Amino acid sequence: MKNVLLGTVAFLAVAAVGGYVLVLKPGASSAPQPTPAAEPAPAAAAPASPAADASAAAGPALIFDLGGKFDKSFNEAAFNGAQKWAAETGATFKELEMQSEAQREQALRRFAEAGANPIAMTGFAFGDVLNTVAPDYPDTKFVIVDAVVDQPNVRSVVFQEEQGSYLVGMMAAMASKTGTVGFVGGMDIPLIRKFECGYAQGAKAAKPEIKVVYNMTGTTPAAWNDPVKGSELTKAQIAQGADVVFAAAGSTGLGILQTAADENILGIGVDSNQNFLHPGKILTSMIKRVDVTIYDAFKEGAAMKTGTVVAGLKDDGIGYAMDENNAKLVTPEMKAAVDAAAEKIKSGEIKVHDYMTDNTCPVN
Amino acid sequence: MDYTTLIEILGSTLRLGTPLLLACIAGLYSERAGIFDIGLEGKMLMAAMASGAVAALSGSAWIGLAAGITASLLFAAIHGLASITFRGNQLISGVALNFVASGATILIAQTAFGQGGRTPPLDGAARFQAITLPFAEALSGVPFLGPFYAKVISGQSLLVYLALAIVPATWWLLYRTRFGLRLRAVGENPESVDTAGVSVIRLRYTAVALTGVLCGIAGAYMATSLQAGFGREMTAGRGYIALAALIFAKWRPWQALWATMLFGFLQALALRPDVIEAMSPGSLTIPVSFLDALPYLLTVIVLAGFVGRAIPPRAGGQPYVKER
Repeated sequence: MKNVLLGTVAFLAVAAVGGYVLVLKPGASSAPQPTPAAEPAPAAAAPASPAADASAAAGPALIFDLGGKFDKSFNEAAFNGAQKWAAETGATFKELEMQSEAQREQALRRFAEAGANPIAMTGFAFGDVLNTVAPDYPDTKFVIVDAVVDQPNVRSVVFQEEQGSYLVGMMAAMASKTGTVGFVGGMDIPLIRKFECGYAQGAKAAKPEIKVVYNMTGTTPAAWNDPVKGSELTKAQIAQGADVVFAAAGSTGLGILQTAADENILGIGVDSNQNFLHPGKILTSMIKRVDVTIYDAFKEGAAMKTGTVVAGLKDDGIGYAMDENNAKLVTPEMKAAVDAAAEKIKSGEIKVHDYMTDNTCPVN
Repeated sequence: MDYTTLIEILGSTLRLGTPLLLACIAGLYSERAGIFDIGLEGKMLMAAMASGAVAALSGSAWIGLAAGITASLLFAAIHGLASITFRGNQLISGVALNFVASGATILIAQTAFGQGGRTPPLDGAARFQAITLPFAEALSGVPFLGPFYAKVISGQSLLVYLALAIVPATWWLLYRTRFGLRLRAVGENPESVDTAGVSVIRLRYTAVALTGVLCGIAGAYMATSLQAGFGREMTAGRGYIALAALIFAKWRPWQALWATMLFGFLQALALRPDVIEAMSPGSLTIPVSFLDALPYLLTVIVLAGFVGRAIPPRAGGQPYVKER
């Protein structure tokens, strides 16, 4: 018995220590972290105040949520936006990947103290933390994606995911031969329910008799990074008859799309254009232009406007992906129907219910 | 729950239970020889990373498997060195190796591929694909047994069949060969083995190496069969669950099969909330978090109520010191 107890203690120790490992990385362009003092400043720049110097040199920062920077989806879109900005301006940005929940506040404060401005973060989970941290750094601008934080120095960017999900839901229903389509979400939060609800509404609009099966991967942020479970959930949905599966689950989605491709059914990607992952096996991807959000914010820099931005079909913040990888899968009728629906959503003729307004979904 | 659903869940059980089974049998060899190994998790993780990386580079699942076994053997050798030759504390050595594996896998994969500690996705010959056994199609029409054969027995990857074959092989090795007798003896009473003129050190190293090979297969299965590539922390505590299953099975091979498949079944069941809701009275909604906790809750209940006393090998955890 003693060894079992010891084992348990050791396991807990592993979990606890692992949670506190924090890795700070320099910007992706592999330039050394700029330190204001080290710059041999030309004579003209000398009179500038040291404070302004520091904030200009520190540049923007980007914090990725637990799905990880290379999730080929949400966080990677943010990274691509930042990369684009870095390539265009030749400047660098700081970045950090969350390893555990406990790091959020610490990471925000560290970047703010280091003079990074603006500081962007991906994911609703930063909402509460940012709300407490932002007032402490009134001169720093923050950008949060997927949550609204009501502070004077914060820009909150939220997307009308229900609109894009509606469109891919229509495509799923039209592509389905079995009359059943699936949805696998990441963490069970209202935001993901919003995807699911939009998807179901779109599917029912295209084919009223369609059956939508749905699963959530989990209830903790670990659900964003559990491809094994995503894979098995997809198999379970296939067993229930689904032949098109929409993955809205961060890195978990990689397992979902892999299984869909393995089992010869269609997957639907999310956030970034994921069509290239399995050419000919991914019907489309619901695109959320997180890259544009980050790019715009970095471009505006410290002078960035704050407030809440709602991005949707209207301003191309949301869309669906078409490229050579899925050209054969999307029939002209499908495309015509979806584009017509997109126009109607833009004009307000079709109102897609947003799950987050009342936490209910009209179709299931 | 209808029969088709049950078949699907059983198929899922076999897939999810296989890495547990391999790790559990791996632990069995080591612990039966008197070396506690809490580092099953770390060895699996290293093997998963190595096999995912090498399979991606070489395009061959077999070369990937070999690389996975090599990586796992390396870790087994370190554990052996620390706990057999240098007579260190076996639990601490195991925990340390788990730490190293957790960090090193991500570091190596990130350095090699720059994809955030993931290895590139595998396809074709770089993965162990599902094998359709003969007559699966023809027999699927047979009532009851047909679908079971077609959907559960057939259509799994080669490594699943290998894992299942290892169970009787282990039983035969442990209980029907001279080597097995000595291996069990060295875990119970190393002095007697030594007195008989057999090397305790060599036997224990052999056992630890067997553990390494099996953990290597388990890791390679995770990366090249269950999934298409390595992802950070992809073993997700399976090494620890395998240890629990080993105690549950009282360090015996056939029981290890049932124990790990029970865990696999519960994990598979947790993935089907629709089935559980359909079976539960009054169609009450069961939260996902409860289902996720179910395998662990049942472990506690089963361990406390049904297994009775589980007695580990008597010399387990104690380094052997030859008397002078």
